Amino acid sequence: MDLDSVYTELIMEHNKNSRNKHSLEDADLSEHGHNPSCGDDITLELKFDGNTISDAAFTGSGCAISQASTSIMIDLIKGKSIEEALELVETFIAMIKKDIEDQQELRKLKDAMALKNISNMPARVKCAVLSWHTLKEALKERN
Amino acid sequence: MTSKLESAVREEKQNQEFAKKYKADFPILDQQINGKELVYFDNAATTQKPVSVLDAVDNYNRTINANPHRGAHTLSVRATEAYENARAKVRDFINAEKSEEIIFTRNTTESLNLLANSLEALVEEGDEILISVLEHHSNILPWQQLAERKNLKLKYLYPDENYRIPLSELKEKLTEKTKIFSISQMSNVSGVINPVKEMAELAHQIGALVIVDGAQGAPHLKTDVRNLDADFYAFSGHKMLGPMGIGVLYGKKELLEELPPFLKGGGMIEYVKEQDSTYAPLPEKFEAGTPNVEGAVGLEAAVEYLEEIGLDKIKEHELELTEYALKKMKELDYVEIAGPLDLEDRGGIISFNLKDIHSHDLATIVDSEGIAIRSGHHCAQPLMKFYRLNSTGRISFYLYNTKAEVDRFLESLEKVREVFGYGS
Repeated sequence: MDLDSVYTELIMEHNKNSRNKHSLEDADLSEHGHNPSCGDDITLELKFDGNTISDAAFTGSGCAISQASTSIMIDLIKGKSIEEALELVETFIAMIKKDIEDQQELRKLKDAMALKNISNMPARVKCAVLSWHTLKEALKERN
Repeated sequence: MTSKLESAVREEKQNQEFAKKYKADFPILDQQINGKELVYFDNAATTQKPVSVLDAVDNYNRTINANPHRGAHTLSVRATEAYENARAKVRDFINAEKSEEIIFTRNTTESLNLLANSLEALVEEGDEILISVLEHHSNILPWQQLAERKNLKLKYLYPDENYRIPLSELKEKLTEKTKIFSISQMSNVSGVINPVKEMAELAHQIGALVIVDGAQGAPHLKTDVRNLDADFYAFSGHKMLGPMGIGVLYGKKELLEELPPFLKGGGMIEYVKEQDSTYAPLPEKFEAGTPNVEGAVGLEAAVEYLEEIGLDKIKEHELELTEYALKKMKELDYVEIAGPLDLEDRGGIISFNLKDIHSHDLATIVDSEGIAIRSGHHCAQPLMKFYRLNSTGRISFYLYNTKAEVDRFLESLEKVREVFGYGS
């Protein structure tokens, strides 16, 4: 197992100093996500401007992978429409499940592609997908 | 000075030799994980099997296997014999009086669920169940549900700042309404051993039934159920060198006879009519369905193996490792230990955290060094909450672990720090 391919600089940076980790004043929607088996626990807060996610942030605690994945996701979805965000969630989950392996198709995930190697670590997959599932739940509520 | 050094060197050598001698009996330990020799420090979750256990199960399946009980053919008779011999071995292991006091289950969890289900017949609204915040989820949820079904009160004992539950805490929480008192023999998180004999005595004084969860106790502490005087005692085979899927519930005969059965079906009946049935005598009353005979045979071999070495010697070895690991870990300012630092009333389990690093990252990185440790909440969320911990890493020892392995583990902690960019 190559640790460097999992604990990349990008992931470590997002874990340590996430600019997205704070609570959001006047959030329109707040969604709680939890991995009961390991204790990763996040609250995702979203602000909307019509159909667009105008701002997002999170609070909570968990392992480096869960925290970095959440932060990277927030960078990606800000400014996106609900439909676009949902599509990104599906693509990310497909990447982790290895349903999509084509680099071209994955390019729209941008920095979140750094989490691709988690798919080789079954024990940690749930850490990586927690925030994405949480976002999906939140957006379903919004729709 | 010289003699002190000499005796320290001698002790060190004895410890290494003890583990080395037995490690060779465990084929699984002789392998590389991620390019490094395996260090197996997850014994509180499950233990490995010596050749004698593997052979006993294999031999049973190759030469004896048949459905036991009521079979007229030779193999069925032999399978019954093998199953009942295993029961007798377990009876002697915990010094129960009678074989029918030994119920085979899948594991401690099933044993405790059986009790919570069947004890429903003996409680009524307003009664109290007393457990502790140290308990594994399997000694919490069955009682939560029973409390909900029958409108009972579920109360908790809490440890002091020294991680131990004082007897005064028990005295305070026991009331005339306490009908069930269920307590772990050893915590699977802090490694603390509870004074279960004294606790049982206090609970009996007010007439409560006493249940001891021996999942972490039976594999490491010589247990005599008659001396302990627990009404019920539950443990798992796979935490004491046996196979998964075989567990034990000991109960005093007169109590087991009074309780209704848990699972219903084949093997546990006397007469079945269209509208009602009568049940088989003990222990079959509590063993519905085809039992796990190969598991029981494996457990018998595991008990034989442990008894040959002696649980006292094994515990002594584990405590030496624990003392050594605690001493070294205390010296590292980035390690926070979630449990007592002294060796009194404790077993070979150490829960800990590295500052600013989540235990799952810790476990992943030490695994890359071939070292198996557990991380998370250890099925004890209420205890984690009580100690305000999100999760911990946990190492737990058994007879085949060595000080050299502890050293490798300590070195791997440096690597975890490096990956996270903290100076060593």
